[in-house]
Amino acid sequence: MEQVKRVVFDEERCKGCELCTTVCPKNIVKMADRINSHGYHPAEVAAQEECISCGLCAMICPDVVIRVYRPE
Amino acid sequence: MGEKILMKGNEAIAEAAIKAGCRYFFGYPITPQNALPEYMSRRLPEVGGVFLQAESEVAASNMVYGAAGAGARVLTSSSSPGISLKMEGISYIAGAELPAVIVNMMRGGPGLGGIQPSQSDYFQATKGGGHGDYRLVVLAPSSVQEAVDLTMEAFEIADRYRNPVMIVGDGIIGQMMEPVEFKKEIDPADLPKKDWATDGAKGREKNVINSLFLDPRELEKHNLKLKAKYDKMKEKEVRYETYKMDDAELVIVAYGTTARIALSAIELAREKGIKVGLIRPISLFPFPEKIIAEAAGKVNSFLVVEMSAGQMVEDVRLAVNGKKEVYFYGRTGGMVPSPEEIVEEIVKIGGAIK
Amino acid sequence: MKLVAGYPDSLTEKPFHYCPGCTHGIIHRLVAEVIDELGIREETIGVAPVGCSVLAYEYFDVDMFEASHGRAPAVATGVKRVHPDKIVFTYQGDGDLASIGTAEIIHAANRGEKITTIFVNNAIYGMTGGQMAPTTLVGQKTTTSPFGRDTNTAGHPIKISEMLSVLDGSAYIARVSVHDPKHIRQAKKAIKKAFQVQIEGKGFALVEVLSACPTNWGMAPVEAVKWLADNMVPTYPLGEFKEVE
Ligand SMILES: Cc1ncc(C[n+]2csc(CCOP(=O)(O)OP(=O)(O)O)c2C)c(N)n1
Ligand code: SF4
Ligand code: SF4
Ligand code: SF4
Repeated sequence: MEQVKRVVFDEERCKGCELCTTVCPKNIVKMADRINSHGYHPAEVAAQEECISCGLCAMICPDVVIRVYRPE
Repeated sequence: MGEKILMKGNEAIAEAAIKAGCRYFFGYPITPQNALPEYMSRRLPEVGGVFLQAESEVAASNMVYGAAGAGARVLTSSSSPGISLKMEGISYIAGAELPAVIVNMMRGGPGLGGIQPSQSDYFQATKGGGHGDYRLVVLAPSSVQEAVDLTMEAFEIADRYRNPVMIVGDGIIGQMMEPVEFKKEIDPADLPKKDWATDGAKGREKNVINSLFLDPRELEKHNLKLKAKYDKMKEKEVRYETYKMDDAELVIVAYGTTARIALSAIELAREKGIKVGLIRPISLFPFPEKIIAEAAGKVNSFLVVEMSAGQMVEDVRLAVNGKKEVYFYGRTGGMVPSPEEIVEEIVKIGGAIK
Repeated sequence: MKLVAGYPDSLTEKPFHYCPGCTHGIIHRLVAEVIDELGIREETIGVAPVGCSVLAYEYFDVDMFEASHGRAPAVATGVKRVHPDKIVFTYQGDGDLASIGTAEIIHAANRGEKITTIFVNNAIYGMTGGQMAPTTLVGQKTTTSPFGRDTNTAGHPIKISEMLSVLDGSAYIARVSVHDPKHIRQAKKAIKKAFQVQIEGKGFALVEVLSACPTNWGMAPVEAVKWLADNMVPTYPLGEFKEVE
């Protein structure tokens, strides 16, 4: 499957710590209203087109939830 | 090989370990076993091995844990207070099912005690010492040659069961010089590869050396697996020697140095017309309870002689199971019983049985 | 699209059991990324401590040991002496390394043991429920310093990196932090160096990583990393304390 999103969250691993939301230069990482099976609100990026693939959200995530891609 | 050389017990054990393919030694100085690490510090570099004087016995026993988990044959030695500190590592080694050999040249305790010969670590060696439901195979030589043979066997037993083996002696065994023969020599390169050991997960699943089981069901399963192993040892690894049991009316039960003294006492007693025999446990765990139970059907009474205030005597009583009287004679604190003292005890008991 | 931040090969798929926002997870990932980048996954043997990271042996996809409390450097010594050509690392908390295991770490460093130690300093005992550590800050409240750490009775925050850097056996000693991406990047660089020093056989290497324990500090994760930057960093200055050429 072709990768279209720049930021991908493995939602089930997310613990809702919010650290990723504090480092995004574009301020596009937000906490979702839904909860995952562990009862945490997962982080998400709705405005994928605004992402600059800087990787900072993945860098601070303690639970290796986030994969970041850059268009080639 | 083949020829006999005169060696001190401590050095002979060290050489026996090398001949058994052991190339790693971790220890911390303590009397009366210093000749063993000192010998290793000279000899191991010659055979491409590693001698390391650790910062403490705690560290030494955890280095043993690391080296054993990495797949090597490894030795450590100490004496009573040092063995107490090694108990942390020993419990982990047993828990993680690693093979290792530990030598305890026992000295008088408790506390700092003294440096003279003793057998007062019997409970510690055979009943645990460290925490948890585990057992060591405990072997007690009574001559330097036997110390050599048992040391070589200890490495085989350790590998066979993936379990630590302890050799217990005392300053007499350690410092006494006797002619010894090394019956074989193993090249560590010829030893079978341990597929559970950690040496880098190259082209295989990773290996983990661990004694943690957070789920009580898992831990119980692990403990039962260990127990099955100990039961198998009880079946297969019992070692003992008997002397003049055929016509014995009284039997002495003694191990190590004390058993040697008991032999002289037996001759003296027999000169007085008292028929005394000897059962000498060589493996303290597994304990030779069957032969003792059998003897209980034949002899009139037992005399347990130890250099302690009475430790092995409890196991003898369990084996005799109330069938006969079990007497005890012990010297402690580094005092060694003389054959004459033992005969005096025999005579006292002899009075009781006539 | 090209992957710029992914999941390291040297971590198993198992999700971490750490509390939300616990920076142990970041440090695990950095160590795994370094092992990947150096191509040493199949040569590496790790030693997990007793502490919150006791289960590290389940997370790193390399051969692992679980050591007794504080003794990881002794265990690593045993392994390294048997396999001098392999890469051996320990991962230890501050109770583990700076309290019960002080003797083992000092002597491993002093012997110049060719191992790499990742020392996670979170100024508290995490696993046992937030008791005072030797690294606890002056005045910091913990369950066993309920009125704040008093230097009169409980001494001072212990500075392990400074201590170890004066030993002739240590080859690389650095203190880093993981409270923001810039510092995380620096932390990774130091961890990489600490492994390279071992590969080059130079001697003992240790990276002290200032880490957050939101649960036992009683803070939300975002607040905890801020507290770390504002309070721990001034007490524990960051930098490379030793680098042998
Ligand atoms: C010999 C021993 N003493 C005490 C403990 C209990 N214990 C477990 S973890 C721990 C402290 C862990 O703190 P730290 O090393 O700072 O790691 P953290 O949990 O903060 O990551 C203690 C005291 C133990 N397991 N073994
Ligand atoms: S990669 Fe950078 S820009 Fe994109 S969501 Fe993450 S932090 Fe924001
Ligand atoms: S940092 Fe990771 S775990 Fe925390 S909210 Fe973001 S994605 Fe979830
Ligand atoms: S208690 Fe503290 S150190 Fe332990 S996992 Fe939770 S946040 Fe991390």
